[in-house]
Amino acid sequence: MISLKNIHKSYVTGTNSLHVLKGINLEVAEGELVAIMGSSGSGKSTLLNIIGMLDTYDEGDYRLEGQLIRNMSEKRVARFRNSHIGFVFQSFNLISFKNAMENVALPLYYRNIHRKKRNQVAMELLEKMGLSEWAEHMPNELSGGQQQRIAIARALVSRPKVILADEPTGALDSQTSYEVMDLFREINQSGITILIVTHENDIAHMTGRIIRLHDGDIVTDEINGIRRKQPVLQTLTH
Amino acid sequence: MFDVDKWQEIFSTISKNKMRTFLTGFSVAWGIFMLIILLGSGKGLENGVNEQFKDDATNSIWVNQGTTSMAYKGLKPGRNIQFTNEDHAILKDMPSVEHAAGRFNIWENTTISYKNQYATYDIIATHPDYAFLEKLQVKTGRYLNELDIKEFRKSVALGEVVERELFKGEPAVDKYIMVAGIPFKVVGVFTDPGGDRDLNRVYIPISTAQRVFNRGNRINQLSLTVSDVTVEQSNQMVESIRREISKRHTVHPDDKRALFIWNTLEQYKKFLSLFASIRIFIWIIGIGTLIAGIVGVSNIMVVVVKERTKEIGVRKALGATPGSVIGLILQESILITAFAGYIGLLGGVGLLEIISPYFAGGESYFKDPEVDLRVALTATGILVLAGTLAGFIPARKASAIKPIEALRDE
Repeated sequence: MISLKNIHKSYVTGTNSLHVLKGINLEVAEGELVAIMGSSGSGKSTLLNIIGMLDTYDEGDYRLEGQLIRNMSEKRVARFRNSHIGFVFQSFNLISFKNAMENVALPLYYRNIHRKKRNQVAMELLEKMGLSEWAEHMPNELSGGQQQRIAIARALVSRPKVILADEPTGALDSQTSYEVMDLFREINQSGITILIVTHENDIAHMTGRIIRLHDGDIVTDEINGIRRKQPVLQTLTH
Repeated sequence: MFDVDKWQEIFSTISKNKMRTFLTGFSVAWGIFMLIILLGSGKGLENGVNEQFKDDATNSIWVNQGTTSMAYKGLKPGRNIQFTNEDHAILKDMPSVEHAAGRFNIWENTTISYKNQYATYDIIATHPDYAFLEKLQVKTGRYLNELDIKEFRKSVALGEVVERELFKGEPAVDKYIMVAGIPFKVVGVFTDPGGDRDLNRVYIPISTAQRVFNRGNRINQLSLTVSDVTVEQSNQMVESIRREISKRHTVHPDDKRALFIWNTLEQYKKFLSLFASIRIFIWIIGIGTLIAGIVGVSNIMVVVVKERTKEIGVRKALGATPGSVIGLILQESILITAFAGYIGLLGGVGLLEIISPYFAGGESYFKDPEVDLRVALTATGILVLAGTLAGFIPARKASAIKPIEALRDE
């Protein structure tokens, strides 16, 4: 599903060049639930950006569903992103002047689906997720947990293959966090691949695979608690 | 462009961000409003002054008598100059003179009566050519003619107002009225673009008046119109008139106080060039106001994009193409500018319409403030276009927003 080969990425600011990703190799199969961990500056967000096609990479190969993601026009990237990837963010990022249903329906707008139809699809999804009673509420009338569930519904509405979540529980209390993680697991069981960036160990351990990044390298990659790959820079992790 | 969904999207954005929309719109509406008011006021001033010139021929020269201030050929200063028929004859024979007339007013008794209607009006004794100087238009009958002068006829031409007041709707032509106690026959009725003041008048032949009112051959004012000449040529004519008349009255050629000469053409041309400058001035201010409006729009669009960074980031993450982001920002900016421009246009034109009646008539130098609708629409169009361009740069910036960066909480 997701295949990264020797991905390098540097940010150049003036004369300084910051090497953020130093040759990432990563394979994520369809249906996996993966946590990406790492301290800030470890490159985990950059990695998520590249996977989400929100940023380009300098070197290497990135394939999504076998499709090489490189030198695509912004318009094609946007289309591809709309149909393949759903995003969930730490601060929910619902559009404040749209109600819950309209927020959920927004990705379908960018797929040129008619208003009536997309609101209907959004409504059905909210019902399925047990959120229909909040459909007409504005984001500021909802609790954090409710907002994040609406945001997850928004990520799901376009039936993506992959959901990328950037610290989805970072703004939630632990009870709500676990509920959200349960929701992710449920979605994952329906066959959708999910990548979650987090720095919370308990959240990470609710996934099937934990990838730890440090200074632009993958240092550990555990599947169901089993270390699959020896850290490259083990000495630095202590 | 005519995607209904897109418009719905824009309308919902606008209706949910009223303050922002209002502020953007206001700067545009204000720019157009000020431009319309400026253009309208400029036009009003121009119309007002044109109105002041309308009552007399714009190619006329008026010569008034003064008092000498310089000793000349043994004559003391302080002498009053008195024109006579001979001065009129001299003017009439000068080259480039189209029409020349002498004039004096009857002051002794200004009562005019018809049957038992009595009133006082200005009684003016002139030559027939005076009609051209005052731009009189004959309504019924005729104006005074050369035969009236030659035969000392007791003919009188009435202003429209005089006819209306004395005759109460009866036709006045061929009736006899009493002018200062002497019967005169009404030969015609005229109107004058100068308005009521110039219509409260009757004109009688100057020759008759000199005889009846015991004036000898005296004339108090001379006036003439010149054929198509430039301002310089008409100024040269003024000089030669001064020379000729001064010579005849033994006045020092440099004595400016013996003769007062008013050259309407020169004054008129001066006003015309003044208006040309005022118009340029107004356009400079107007364009400045427009630029301020455009900068305002651009400024607000920059703020809007900044304010909406997160939202745009979300939209992009959800699959919005750069084109659709540019479209969203631009269409909103176009819609607001066009609508606000229209409001400003309406407000400006409306205000001009409201104040216009308060300046109608009277002696004010302001009349019929109006604005060329084509100019107004063009200005609005330019503003909308410029507003679009102004919105384009922030929109481009918006389309380049990197979603994850925009959505970072820091």
